[in-house]
This record gives sequence, C-alpha cells and structure tokens, in this order.
Amino acid sequence: MSELAIDREIDRSKMQVSDEVAIEITNMNKWYGSFHVLRDINLTVNQGERIVIAGPSGSGKSTLIRCLNALEEHQQGTIIVDGTELSNDLKNIDKIRSEVGMVFQHFNLFPHLTILENCTLAPIWVRKTPKKEAEERAMHFLEKVKIPDQALKYPGQLSGGQQQRVAIARSLCMMPRIMLFDEPTSALDPEMIKEVLDTMIELAEEGMTMLCVTHEMGFARQVANRVIFMDAGQIVEQNEPEEFFNNPKSERTKLFLSQILGH
Amino acid sequence: MSDVSFVRTEMLPEQAPPASEVGALGWVKHNLFSSWFNTILTVVSLYAIYYVLSGVLPWIFQSVWNADSLNECREIMMATWGSTHGHACWAVINDRWLQLLFGFYPSHLYWRPILALVLLLVALAPVLYSDRVPTKMLIFSAIYPFLMPFLMWGGTIWGPISAALGFVAGWFVYSVLSKQVSELVGMIGAVVAAVIWWLVLSSYFTGAMSSVLPIGIEAVESRQFGGFMLAILLGVVAIGVSLPIGIVLALGRQSDLLIVKYLCVGFIEFIRGVPLITLLFVASLLLNLFLPPGTNFDIILRVMIMMTLFSAAYMAEVIRGGLAALPRGQYEGADSLGLNYWQAQRLIIMPQALKISIPGIVSTFIGIFKDTTLVSIIGLFDVIGLASAIRADTAWNGIYWELFAFIALLFFIVCFSMSRYSMYLERKLQTGHR
Repeated sequence: MSELAIDREIDRSKMQVSDEVAIEITNMNKWYGSFHVLRDINLTVNQGERIVIAGPSGSGKSTLIRCLNALEEHQQGTIIVDGTELSNDLKNIDKIRSEVGMVFQHFNLFPHLTILENCTLAPIWVRKTPKKEAEERAMHFLEKVKIPDQALKYPGQLSGGQQQRVAIARSLCMMPRIMLFDEPTSALDPEMIKEVLDTMIELAEEGMTMLCVTHEMGFARQVANRVIFMDAGQIVEQNEPEEFFNNPKSERTKLFLSQILGH
Repeated sequence: MSDVSFVRTEMLPEQAPPASEVGALGWVKHNLFSSWFNTILTVVSLYAIYYVLSGVLPWIFQSVWNADSLNECREIMMATWGSTHGHACWAVINDRWLQLLFGFYPSHLYWRPILALVLLLVALAPVLYSDRVPTKMLIFSAIYPFLMPFLMWGGTIWGPISAALGFVAGWFVYSVLSKQVSELVGMIGAVVAAVIWWLVLSSYFTGAMSSVLPIGIEAVESRQFGGFMLAILLGVVAIGVSLPIGIVLALGRQSDLLIVKYLCVGFIEFIRGVPLITLLFVASLLLNLFLPPGTNFDIILRVMIMMTLFSAAYMAEVIRGGLAALPRGQYEGADSLGLNYWQAQRLIIMPQALKISIPGIVSTFIGIFKDTTLVSIIGLFDVIGLASAIRADTAWNGIYWELFAFIALLFFIVCFSMSRYSMYLERKLQTGHR
C-alpha cells in the first residue's frame, strides 16, 4: 500500500480535543460462536479526537467500530457512547444510532431513492424534521461534499467516489456528534480515494470526533491524533502518529508497518 | 531497438456505421439471415406460421354468427361453403355471452357488476399509476373494498359500513395503546378489537341500524353469481388481499421471534404442500361440519378465503426471494441511521424487495386468477361450469372449440394486461444499476 500524499495545508485550529468523553469502552469482549474476535478492549475517546484504527485483516478493527453503534452485539463489558450505555434496550440503541454517523466500505446508499431522498430520509423519519428543512440541510451538506448538482440523480448513476461522499453527507444530515468510518476508501479506484479523503479532512478540520478504520497511512499521519494498532482482536499498540510510525514499540507493529509502507 | 515514442496530436473523429449495420436492412440481415443455418430456420418458421394461420384464420372469420342451435349452424355452413369443417359457429357465443359473463345474475341488475368493474378500475388507478393520478384518489381506493360487496350482493348498506367500522375500531385502539404502552401491544389490541367487533357486536349494530334506517338495494344471492364475473371477483380479492398477507408472512419467516417464525413457516409449508382443489373442497364441504349448525357462512366468501390463503403462501415465498436478494448492507445502512424495524422495512427493504420480486409476484397473480376456474369443480358456475351447462343444452350439444376459444380470449386479455403492466412497472422503477 503506497502512502497517498495529502497536498494541502491542514487547518488544525479547530482540531482540538476536549476533556469531554465521547466513547468509553471497558473490558469489552465479543465472540462469533466460539471464536473470540475482540479480547478485553479498553478504549476511551474524547470529544474531538481523530482516531485511526489499523491492523491486518481479520484483526477485529471493523468489528470494534461496528460494536459502537450496535451493528454487532458485544457479549461482555460496557460501551458508553455519548453518555448512553449500549444494552439490549432498543430505545438506547436507536438513540445512539441517531447520534453516531457511519460510513461503510460499500457506501450502502439506498438505490431506489434519489441522492436528496437518501439524505433526507432519516432526518424526516427519525428526527421528525419538517421536509423543507431536511432538504435545505441536505443541500447544505451536499454542497460541502461538492456534489449539489447530483441531488436528483440516483446512486447508480454516480461514480464510487461521489457515492461515498453522498454517504458521508447522508450521515452528516443526522447531525451526529461522532462519525465512524469503516474502510471508506477500500472499494474505490485510486483516482477517487483523494476526493473522499479530502472530504474527511474537512470534517476533521471542523472538530468532528472520528474513528476511522483505514489503510490510508497518509491520512493517519496528518489528520489523526492517535493511531491504534490491532491484531488478533486486541489493541496491541496506540500512540500519536509521529511516534507510531517512526518509533513503533511492538514487534507485531514493526512487521505490519514494514509490510504496508516499506517498498 | 527502434524508436517507440509516439504522441497523438489530433483525435480521430467519430464516423457513421456502414449502411449494412443500420436500418431495416441491417435488422433483417442481423436477425433473420445472419448465417446459412439461420436462413433455413427463418424459412422453416415462416412456413410454419403460414400453415397455422391458413387453418385458423378461415375458421375464425368464415363463420356463422346467427343461429339458434348447432344443427342450424351446420345447415348454414353446408349451404354457404358446402362443408361443416373448418368454420366456427360463433352463434353460441352470440346467444349466450351474457350468461358466460354474468352467470345467473339477475339481468335487470347487470348494471351493478358493470359499475363495480368500472369503479374497480377507478380505485386501481391511483395504486397502479401513482405518478399520474392524484394521491387523494387513494381515499376512494380505501372505500372501494366496502363499496364493492354492497354493489355485488346488495342488501342493507349497514353491513359494509359495519365491516368498515371494525377497521375504525382497530385503528382507534392502536392509536391509543401504541402511544400509552407500546407499538406491539397496540397492534395486538387493534386486531383483538376489530375481531370482537366483527364477530360479536357487528350483527347487533347492523340489525339495529337497518330497523331504524332501512337503506338498501335489492339483494342477490351467492348462488346466482357466476361466469367471468365470478373469476374477476375471486381473482381481485385473492390478489388484493394475498399481497399484504404474503408480505407479513415473508417478514414473519425471517423474524427473530421463534414462535412467529415457526407459525409462518408452518402455515406456508402446509398451504403450499396441499393442492388448491383440496382446500376448495374443505371450503365447500368440510367447513360446514365444523361450524355450528345454522351459521350462514357464504360459499363465495369461503372460497375467497381459501384462494387468498393459498395465494398468500406462494406470495410469501416469492417475496422472501426478493428479501434474500438484498445485500446485507441495506439493512445496516438503515440501522446505522437509526431507523427502527418497521421504518426500515417500509422505506428501505420492502420497496426494493418488492421491485426485485415483481416478475414472481405477477406470475403468482396470473396463476391464482386462472386457478379461479377450479371453483367449477365444487359446483359454482364460473365460465368453465357454464360452458359445461351450455353444452348440456340440446341446442348446443357437441360444441367445444368456440366456447373454450372465447373463454381463453377472456382470460388472455386480463392476464396479458397484468403481464404488460408488470413490465411497465419494472421499467418505471429502474434507477440505474444497483
């Protein structure tokens, strides 16, 4: 994997970490059947943090962030998101899901709805926003991801990069306090990765709390304030990006970085 | 090594295709005579088409339209063409077409089924062509299910009104309970309230109101129903009711709630495992044994219920196929935005699953519509039953082709329309590749 150059100045003025805790995971364990996928995860994320989660495939990175909005169920430990504990209570789950935006590898746009309808659906039905207001807000975010002129098209008519930007706009329309990214650029052509990363950088510049599972190490180096390395369902190492890339502590991390960066 | 560097300085313009590739000539060449084998096939097919049409067309068009019996028909044929072979006797249709269409429905009341059919088309318009007909028309579509039985069977107007009030009662209980307790309790309460109304209170209400305000039209009994009208009546009800039941069964089969799941699986597998004709016999003969003596449970209503259940079981499996074709990401996308189960189903999952299932759904519709002819076996006079009755008449004894050709034409018109509509719908819902 090459390191994609980010060719612009990044405005760090708003990228400040507050003391307020956004996500708190304590002693969390998860099994698929008898397979122990996540082992004793402890992680605290403050409001405004940009965290990149890296690791080899099958290490549990995606499963971890999918647990944060209950797309996957954890069996042990506690997850507190924005002050609400994730439990079997459906009301809590719906509340957390409407506070936490998620962007998927395969976009998961709704192909039978236009771009605009994709963006207004959840605000109208979940937040009970009046239609006109929801549309105005959707157009605002579509402008931010630079595709307002595609609003009346269907997802199938857009390129992969455009679809992923719509997916980001769709999540933003719910005004989330936390954004989860599950390999947002892995299904894209190299030419389109940059436009999606640019959108994510802009989001970081506005102070959004972000957790990204990604292989884009350039993004991790320049935007993240913390990089988490996972292997075999555990957090092996976490550090600030400079330290993480230049001075990895564990052997597993060194091996991973040499494979992913060293050509 | 030679110099491989090359830079194109000007782009080539687009050119028109050669004349043999486009136009009528191009089409004929591509589709009919593209190779010697295809040429032979084309010639053989053209001869086969000619052979069939040269037999069928004279039979249809060199025919007798006015006669009182098959014998008279034959005499006219002998006098005109010198042979009875190869000429249709449409006189039987001319003589009996009203009966084939309406059965024994009183002839001075024919306007009622005709009006019901016209209103059916009006009620369907906003459902079938949602983008061209104003949405407010849906109010009429909602009233139609209560208006139609009133027109067809007649009697007091309080019967249909009382049936409608059952839904009102259910809705009322739901809206109170779903806010106060929970949606599930609300739904259960609504069903219970509606059933109590229909089974217990409804008959008192109807009796009381019709003695106070006797508004009504002349009643027609179920055994007078028949002909193609009966096929349309049974078909429309089975089609209209089985789709929502099928959706619920398909969702139930995928449910995490074990009891709901196995009830749905059991129902679907039982109904699909039994021939429709046995269900119809149960409806016509056995049901009477189980019901308390003196209950008047209309035979057409019983048949409607059986056909609806039968069609719903198939519908559920067709829709399950559509659900299975949806990528899991669609569910996750809906979940991640905070939509609850019913919102996700209604707004995201079902519109797509139903769209995928359109060909299967319409096949099931067409199948159940044609299966309505099976009711002739349990003694109802639908078109097939009437055809047998007409042949039993000495005047038309021995006539087959003309009657069945007419019946085939009636069914073909309806089934072909459904098929064309489904293709239109698929084109309309096409939103680029998924």
